[in-house]
Amino acid sequence: MQVEGALGGDIQAIRRDADVISARQSGRQIAERMGYSRPDQALIATAISELARNIVNYAGKGEIEITPVRRRGRMGLRIIARDHGPGIEDLERAMADGFSTGNSFGLGLPGAKRIMDDFDVVTAVGEGVVVTAIKWMGR
Amino acid sequence: MSSRVPILRQGDVLIASIQEELSDGDILDLQLRILEEVIRCRASGVIVDVSALDVLDSFGSRSLSDMAQAVRLRGSRLVIVGIQPDVAYSMVLLGVTLPDVATALDLDRGLALLEAG
Repeated sequence: MQVEGALGGDIQAIRRDADVISARQSGRQIAERMGYSRPDQALIATAISELARNIVNYAGKGEIEITPVRRRGRMGLRIIARDHGPGIEDLERAMADGFSTGNSFGLGLPGAKRIMDDFDVVTAVGEGVVVTAIKWMGR
Repeated sequence: MSSRVPILRQGDVLIASIQEELSDGDILDLQLRILEEVIRCRASGVIVDVSALDVLDSFGSRSLSDMAQAVRLRGSRLVIVGIQPDVAYSMVLLGVTLPDVATALDLDRGLALLEAG
């Protein structure tokens, strides 16, 4: 995912379920400051919530990085969810609706993908997961 | 765990009014307390007011849906009221539509729905 010039954002450590709330609140505040519409702020907060919960449930700990970015003159907000947990064995299955080893309709990853514009998952078994998602402005 | 959501009783209806963002633990706590209160008060209906929430993600939605089904199995009914427009929009895009859960615009409409039977 090629992105020019990050503009400074926020990194939230995710260790317990209360951190899921602070991460999504932080994302919403940054999105609001950048001038995202209210529906887009809600979408961004919801995606962060899904990604942060995956960290708590499957890896135990990790971090969420929230960064305003610009590509070809267009502003976006990039969310990186990073952990060093067990990784995802069958990514294709994890990205399919309704597959969950947790308890959330199995919509965590596929749902977050649907509500963001760009979505990319890099994972290796035993090494963790890095999800990079971007919501572009005015789309 | 401290109980962050007050559950009030009005006639034979219980009203759980969520005041602030809830962690997953808080939501599970609420789930248990609502079912206990329904049994204890022999409530005919439960209203969960989510108007203070600006995110209802897949876990929150799943928990509300589970709550509604458990309450229904007890012979009572649960109505979710006050889902904010932006929250509703996000839920639909996320893929959560709660087809089996009763919803109403606000507390008054929720009470009317329960009274109508």
